[in-house]
Amino acid sequence: MLTVIVIILGVSFILYTLLGGADFGAGIVEIFAGKREEGTISRALAPVWEANHVWLILAVVILFTAFPPVYASLSWVLHIPLMMVLLGIIMRGTAFTFRHYDVHQGRSHKYYNFLFHLSSFITPFFLGMILGSMILGRITFDPTHGFYQMFMAPWLNLFCFTMGAFTTCLFSYLASVFLVGETKVDHERLEYVTFAKRSMIMTMILGLLVFFVAEVEGHHLARTFVHSVPSVILLITAFLFCPVIWHFLNKEKNKTVYLRMGAGVQVSAILLGWFYIQFPVVIEVKDGDGLTFYNTQAPPATLEQLLIALIVGLLLVVPGFVFLFKVFKIKST
Amino acid sequence: MAVSLGFHIVFACIGMTMPVLMAFSEWRWLRTGKQVYLDITKAWSKGAAIFFAVGAVSGTVLSFELGLLWPEFMKHAGAIIGMPFSWEGTAFFIEAIALGVFLYGWNRLNKWVHWLSGVLVSVSGILSGIFVVSANAWMSSPSGFDWVNGKAINIDPVRAMFNDAWRPQAIHMTLAAFISTAFAVAGVHAWLLLKNRSRIFHQQAVKTALIFGSAAALLQPFSGDFSAKSVAKRQPLKLAAMEALYKTSKPAELVIGGLPNDDEQRVNYAIHIPKGLSFLAKGDWNAEVEGLDTAAAQDRPPVLVTHISFQLMVMIGFFLAFVALLYLVFSVGWRRVLMKNWWLRVVAFTTPLGFIAVEAGWTVTETGRQPWIIYGIMRTKDAVSSMPGLRYSFLAVTVVYLLLSLIIVGLMRRQISTIGEFYPTAKTS
Repeated sequence: MLTVIVIILGVSFILYTLLGGADFGAGIVEIFAGKREEGTISRALAPVWEANHVWLILAVVILFTAFPPVYASLSWVLHIPLMMVLLGIIMRGTAFTFRHYDVHQGRSHKYYNFLFHLSSFITPFFLGMILGSMILGRITFDPTHGFYQMFMAPWLNLFCFTMGAFTTCLFSYLASVFLVGETKVDHERLEYVTFAKRSMIMTMILGLLVFFVAEVEGHHLARTFVHSVPSVILLITAFLFCPVIWHFLNKEKNKTVYLRMGAGVQVSAILLGWFYIQFPVVIEVKDGDGLTFYNTQAPPATLEQLLIALIVGLLLVVPGFVFLFKVFKIKST
Repeated sequence: MAVSLGFHIVFACIGMTMPVLMAFSEWRWLRTGKQVYLDITKAWSKGAAIFFAVGAVSGTVLSFELGLLWPEFMKHAGAIIGMPFSWEGTAFFIEAIALGVFLYGWNRLNKWVHWLSGVLVSVSGILSGIFVVSANAWMSSPSGFDWVNGKAINIDPVRAMFNDAWRPQAIHMTLAAFISTAFAVAGVHAWLLLKNRSRIFHQQAVKTALIFGSAAALLQPFSGDFSAKSVAKRQPLKLAAMEALYKTSKPAELVIGGLPNDDEQRVNYAIHIPKGLSFLAKGDWNAEVEGLDTAAAQDRPPVLVTHISFQLMVMIGFFLAFVALLYLVFSVGWRRVLMKNWWLRVVAFTTPLGFIAVEAGWTVTETGRQPWIIYGIMRTKDAVSSMPGLRYSFLAVTVVYLLLSLIIVGLMRRQISTIGEFYPTAKTS
């Protein structure tokens, strides 16, 4: 039972990274990509972004129902970065909607754009920092440590910073690959292709940097990875997909489906590789054992009910989700 | 937390009601083929889209904030009330999907399929509202576990979800959502009608909204009575605070209005109806009703805020029920009145009332439960996050919400001002 719930939690986390990631990334692409047609991003995202973000709500709900101590501790010691993520989510969602529905063109749109861009940066960055702090293991629940040691040090360090940059880059990579298939205008498509290539290279560099910085910070991430064969295989898979995607990006007629699937496989592989070395620990802590799925799980009765809700829910949600994407993606396939 | 919930509740009400109004209006268009119904549906869906988006993000924020502000509460309550939240998540997921289809699928789908997506939004919207209310009801009526030495054991999430308070609360909240939103919509259109009465667009919009609003407003007093009796049984102290009943009395009098004075243990400037409370709370004119004196001072909820909010809610509730009754009478007998200036002014006046009542009612249920966060189990002060500097993050959230509210009001005004340009039936003729 626990296994199934953990799997669903993992899947919804991956789906949020893919779909929500492409959403946030689109804001970053919008800043940096040059000649674009007006409205491609709005048109591509407007119908689906709300549903995309529900994967995050699902993950959070699973976390606080099935593993209440994990949720409680995370939101206690990581209050500040979580708050930043939340502010980012609020700004991003509202600015995007406002600029879509505000009938007046004019100065207010400048503010919407600014907020949309800013929040597209902030959210993935702090999300990455939070993940980083869960890996690094500087989290402590001992209140004798000062404010800085408890609420800042676990996430305010070079490793988490690199993780934030890595996540941001990864998201913009996802977004640009996604957007390649969303436009019929040639020069705009090429713009996204260039951006996809650049962000791919950047993501790889930052990925390596993550391991390097981990060593600098005294956390032997690379060694842990090497000791786990499946994780290594998964990372190599993600890496091997790069030339394939590069090849398809260069094609005159980009095969949108292959591109998206390829990028999806890469990101899922990276996440799975991380899950594998992290499991069953959710949060590494400074002193003592980390919080694991096992030592934080809710009583069986709760897990059972949660599982029923999840299965019924997914049976309803997944077809709906497929339908939603089908209705709005006819054009691009 | 209070600020975000108070903010979110408005969007939740709109999210529960607008889909029903839109689906109803679209259905009439499908049946009659009259352009005006289609125009109304489309105009509403544009406005609603803004509220939905903001509601969705503020909902996401809430799911985090529960932990950010109340880690202790969530640590213990998560496993117990996670179930309504997971069902709520499912319902909200479906709502978001169907909403995407509804808002952006006008030209891509068969008309009836499109309408069906609207119906799906309505159903899942109402369901998700009810699930959340069930979790809130649990805080007032904790069940489905045994509390032993500061730990919850023998957890039964099903019993926790269907606790004693969920049914009255769910009914009361759903009706309140319909009343507040429908009267607000009717009010705005009535106000526009006052400026130009020839628009069939606004006439039909007022009519559609008032049908739903009135039905709910007429039912609400009964649901209120049901809720009060349930509170009297489960949380006598909350009832005592609502009614400002300081001393246990037999029979107890009903205090209407007034200013409770904690020091003198009496209510000044109020109307007193002998035996009234005994009857309302227990269904017996001579029944004993427990007062605040049954609890130690530190276990009493704040009387002033609870009592005044309660009075405000009830007053508005009855006023809107009265307007609903008038509407019923006029549409059966005197249809001419419905276009009279004074009637439109009355309807326009009701615009904010429903939401004020919702906020007041929510204040009652929350402050009336104090000092407890889980009634009789955990005190609010023990549940709050121990992070120093918490007030800064609280301040930030408050400022953001204030700003958002301002922007939304501005946007709605812009939307309304352009109705005439987009919809032929709304043009001045």
